[in-house]
Amino acid sequence: MKRLFWILCAFSLALLGIGFYEAVFVAPVEATMGPVYRIFYWHVPINISAEVFPYVNMVASIAYLYFRRTKVELAGKLDALAIATAEVTVLYVGLGLATGMLWGRPVWGIWWAWDARLTSFLMLFLLYVSYLLVRRFSDGSQSAVVAAVLSVFAGIDVPIVFMSIRWWRTQHPAPVLTGEGSLDSSMWPAFLWNMAAWFFWGVALVWGRYAVVRREQVAAEQTALQALEV
Amino acid sequence: MTYLRTVWLHLRKDLRLEWRSRDAIAGMLFFTLLVTVVFAMAFDPTGFPTLARQMSGGLLWVGLLFAATTALNTSWERERRNQVLDAHRMSASPASALFLGKALANLIFVSVIELALAPVFTVFYNLHPLGEVRWLLLILPLGTWAIVVNGTFFAALGLSSRNRELMLPAVLFPISIPALLGVVQATTGVITGDFEPQLWIRMLLGFDVIFTTACILLFPTVLHAE
Repeated sequence: MKRLFWILCAFSLALLGIGFYEAVFVAPVEATMGPVYRIFYWHVPINISAEVFPYVNMVASIAYLYFRRTKVELAGKLDALAIATAEVTVLYVGLGLATGMLWGRPVWGIWWAWDARLTSFLMLFLLYVSYLLVRRFSDGSQSAVVAAVLSVFAGIDVPIVFMSIRWWRTQHPAPVLTGEGSLDSSMWPAFLWNMAAWFFWGVALVWGRYAVVRREQVAAEQTALQALEV
Repeated sequence: MTYLRTVWLHLRKDLRLEWRSRDAIAGMLFFTLLVTVVFAMAFDPTGFPTLARQMSGGLLWVGLLFAATTALNTSWERERRNQVLDAHRMSASPASALFLGKALANLIFVSVIELALAPVFTVFYNLHPLGEVRWLLLILPLGTWAIVVNGTFFAALGLSSRNRELMLPAVLFPISIPALLGVVQATTGVITGDFEPQLWIRMLLGFDVIFTTACILLFPTVLHAE
């Protein structure tokens, strides 16, 4: 398993390299925006990946709440997975917001607009930062349950946030991949390479963090056991 | 029926405790009054009546939200004294009845604040609402319940945490953003008369129903978290 992890790391780093090369040197310059549009090759893949990890987090949290009394070992693993995905979510959503702002400044002329997509993405960021805060502040025995409950609430909240803010206002362009202003065929390779690269890199990060949390859990269990035996 | 009776008993207990101390209501009342005064210093509401109309909905709810968080933290503090919470954990009565009783009590407390604050707001900000004021009879309870139901739940969630005073707002504010957006928009719609508040009222209603259900279903898990 350990070797597989390092292979995945090397694989995703290679993909990141190819993606960078394709996006910067191969892909053509966009007609209206010029070279600055190349942020697209990082912004969109990062944001798509950033929307995957919260779902993993919510599913792991629900499963944790279900199994926490009956299968302690499995529950521990699920909890570790929830921590890892939450942290990677914060990282990816943060990167997505940052690249978006860097792109918005030259193209829209402003760093930030209170538009539907931007605002709901910011809410996702805030929700998961609060999740990590809760994990940090809660007592050891309770923090897993409290965080799992919060993750369920966040999962319920995200669609409501999205709907309510869409009623409010919208400026962000409609999805370019499925919508009308479709992507030129010469731009697809760079986009797909980066998509794969950022997804696998995220998976590698989750895996590494998961392994660390699992070891911490086992260490904590052993300390508790030793304290009982002495 | 026994469930409703248990809810009523919890509610009556909380009301009686509040009646004897009047901690929550007095604290919230003074706090929101101060917030109103400070906001009036930030801009001149009597000189710019249109601006005052556009802003006062948001100001009212920001003040109420801050005030409610102070009261919500203390509302569970009562249960910690003399290990009452452990007694609740061992009790045979449904845990969600305890939650509902407390949430309803908090709803009553915050509503009292709103009733006291409405004339103050109208006077200080020189408000002449241009929309249908009767909608507020629906908006105020719905918005208050949205804040209070989640707030009571998250205050219980943070009972064992090290930094309780910070944790409640850190969790409650991001989750309640859609409700806040809805209630501020609806209130602004009524005060300015620029748009109809019905869409936002429906959204608030949906928010309330969904989160009340989630809170009731998950409260036993939170109470027996250890």
